[in-house]
Amino acid sequence: MHFPITSSPHLQGGNAIRSVMGQVLLALVPGTVALWWYFGWGVVINVALAGVTAVAAEWLVLKLRKRDPWPAVSDLSALVTAWLLALALPPLLPWWQTLVGSLFAIVLVKQLFGGIGFNPFNPAMAAYAFLLISFPADMTHWLQPSVLTGENLPLQETLQAIFQGTAVLGAQWDAISGATPLDHMRTELSRNLMISEIRQSPVWGDFGGLGWEWVGNWFLLGGLFLIWRGVISWRIPVSMLAALLLIAGMFWAVDPQTHPFPAFHLFSGAAILGAFFIATDPVSASTTPRGQLIYGALIGLLVFAIRTWGGYPDAVAFAVLLMNMAAPTIDHYTQPRVFGAREEDHG
Amino acid sequence: MPDYPKPAWDFHGGLHIDGHKSESLATPLREAKIPASLTLPLQQHIGLAAEPVVQVGDEVLKGQLIARASDYVSANLHAPTSGRVTEIAERPIAHPSGLSAQCVVIQSDGQDRWTELPEPIADFREADPADLRERLRWAGIVGLGGAVFPTNVKTNTTGRTVDTLIINAAECEPYITCDDRLMRDHPGDVIDGALILQHIVSAARVLIGIEDNKPEAIAALQADIDTRGLDEVKLVVVPSKYPSGGEKQLIYLLTGIEVPSRGLPLEVGILCQNVATSAAIADAVLRGRPLISRIVTLTGKGIRQPGNLRVTIGTPIRDLVEEMGGYTGQAHRLIMGGPMMGFALGSDELPVVKGSNCFIAASREEIPDPLAASPCIRCGECVKVCPAQLLPQQLYWYARSRDFDKTQDHSLFDCIECGCCAYVCPANIPLVHYYRFAKTEIWAGERERGKADHARRRHEFHEARLKRLEEERQARLRKKKEALGKKSAAGGDPKKAAIEAAMKRVAAKKAAQGQEPSPEQARDQEKEA
Repeated sequence: MHFPITSSPHLQGGNAIRSVMGQVLLALVPGTVALWWYFGWGVVINVALAGVTAVAAEWLVLKLRKRDPWPAVSDLSALVTAWLLALALPPLLPWWQTLVGSLFAIVLVKQLFGGIGFNPFNPAMAAYAFLLISFPADMTHWLQPSVLTGENLPLQETLQAIFQGTAVLGAQWDAISGATPLDHMRTELSRNLMISEIRQSPVWGDFGGLGWEWVGNWFLLGGLFLIWRGVISWRIPVSMLAALLLIAGMFWAVDPQTHPFPAFHLFSGAAILGAFFIATDPVSASTTPRGQLIYGALIGLLVFAIRTWGGYPDAVAFAVLLMNMAAPTIDHYTQPRVFGAREEDHG
Repeated sequence: MPDYPKPAWDFHGGLHIDGHKSESLATPLREAKIPASLTLPLQQHIGLAAEPVVQVGDEVLKGQLIARASDYVSANLHAPTSGRVTEIAERPIAHPSGLSAQCVVIQSDGQDRWTELPEPIADFREADPADLRERLRWAGIVGLGGAVFPTNVKTNTTGRTVDTLIINAAECEPYITCDDRLMRDHPGDVIDGALILQHIVSAARVLIGIEDNKPEAIAALQADIDTRGLDEVKLVVVPSKYPSGGEKQLIYLLTGIEVPSRGLPLEVGILCQNVATSAAIADAVLRGRPLISRIVTLTGKGIRQPGNLRVTIGTPIRDLVEEMGGYTGQAHRLIMGGPMMGFALGSDELPVVKGSNCFIAASREEIPDPLAASPCIRCGECVKVCPAQLLPQQLYWYARSRDFDKTQDHSLFDCIECGCCAYVCPANIPLVHYYRFAKTEIWAGERERGKADHARRRHEFHEARLKRLEEERQARLRKKKEALGKKSAAGGDPKKAAIEAAMKRVAAKKAAQGQEPSPEQARDQEKEA
């Protein structure tokens, strides 16, 4: 009798990229629901818009590259990218900007480099940075959380605002939109106000912006789920958040009137989302255990530096993109000690 | 399963895989029939192939030497039964690439008559270790755990002290139960062999490392150790985790000592031997029998009655399957060894060799066809499970881009090819295949470099030799000229002298040409150089 020949090992544990990505999507649900709760339907519409665009773009590019699109599309990675990008976008961003961002992420940052596994940069963050640079006004004009304005914009008006422009909302738009807490803090500090004065404003809650500050917890929940499931390692999120808290704490300790207290950094902007979902993108992150600690910590430090002295209010995207560039070098210098390695093998 | 004290050390990574051991342990050990025709590859071991000492047509007796070790690292081969040598020719063998190799084919006469065997060395403790090693060499014993390295070479400690002898009874690969069966049924042989090995290398203590999924074997060995009152022999039960039976992993589990990277256990005073090898050693020393049979597991959903057989080396796999009731119709893949490190065989007509511990006729469900690989997303699952603490994802990247220097920077040669990385890879990448590819490419490159170096040395020597001969000729001519000059200065006929000189020049030239060594001589000289 004759048998087919294959290479060992002959067993496969049944892990699949799809299940990895599926768990990431699942972990994003609580944070997304929280964002929806505070900012309304725009969040969901953005996710849908970006998601459909990303999957369609991936399909199309793979067709053009004469590859079978199904394995790539069904691995859900395009959906993860789109979802992460959508969460970073203002809820009422004009629809075509979301579309352009999603296309940029999939076509330029992911597929032009060879598709999944070959992109040196985090596609979602590259697209976010691209949009931020291209449309700075739209990208920094957020809806105010419903806890401030009383209620969320109804679905109908949200759709109108996204597809026909916020002008249809008329005067209401000015009432319900504003700067993000990070942006607010930044502007007020630049007017030489003290933190104690700034925090008199009704937009502040206990840690960060009212409403905003509670979103991070839900992403944290999803992140812990991913660590528990072994989808991500604790190293990058822990080192990133620890570094951010540490450096923010040091500056706050020295001068608490011009530097917001550390928890503000943690619960504002994309720090927690970034730590668990963005910096941990395995393709573009550092891959060695020690390297991940360094990689995460440097992102944390860069986030603080860019928020404090940089030109943009939030910094996670830029910090992650900068460290994406450093990842190969970090990996090179942080190879783990091989079993049985002799002393002289490691200089 | 009883609770055993956990060993103090645990190696990094590894896998908890379903053992599938019970299937083949349900039936007792049986003797397989001796087939009508046995095929014995001359190379069943690491090293050079053995040289046949019989000719086609020769009558041989069971246990008679049919091929002798052709080198220090090589192994003797004996007739597994009595009969007639019908062929010495290329035959397909159990090899990952489906190669053929020189085999001795013996037609059994059905009488199974023994040849005259060497005297048993019952009192081995009084024997000279060198004599015992000579006995192992004679018996053609090689590592039966799968490595098939000649045991007499491995036990040559070359002046190093061995503190600990480790008997590897882990049998960590799924499906394989031949060692378990051996320990349950013949614990005495295992212990005898261990004691002989201990005497050969004068080890202070013996540790037997066994996974906790073999309680019967543990009990059998412990009972034997207790009856004999052996204080220096200790059974260490380790948790079932693949690949605890990897030599370096087991040594670490049992002693906490890391065998140096690319080094041998001997460097840290340890010698490791498999249980089946140990039993074969007892057979050779205490009964004077060569290695001509072994226990083989036949299992998998493709086999009607899975179990263990004592098999004569050279038996076709097909015969063993028939002995176990034949195929079930589900047989889809045939694996020799375990499902993690064993290799797939293309046919069941291949013969059992010394290294055949297990044959799995697997169903499509047990061993599914490999899924299409997708690109690596660097998720790092492989890093978590690698027992050698490598970065499999980086090795893959460099092997794929043929950056072999980088693969070596990332310690490619510390990879034991256990397959844990590929097992957990969500992208279904055949990682081990890439590492084997990189290793072979590097070896081939080194061989090429060696050849090129050799050619360059030859060329340089050739040039130097031509130059030397030319210089010598010039020197001779100069001397002659000087001598001639002196002569002519002394007087005489200048014309005659000129003719004489011309003739001498011709003679000198002839002589010089005659001196030019023949190509054979030149080669000899170069060899000496």
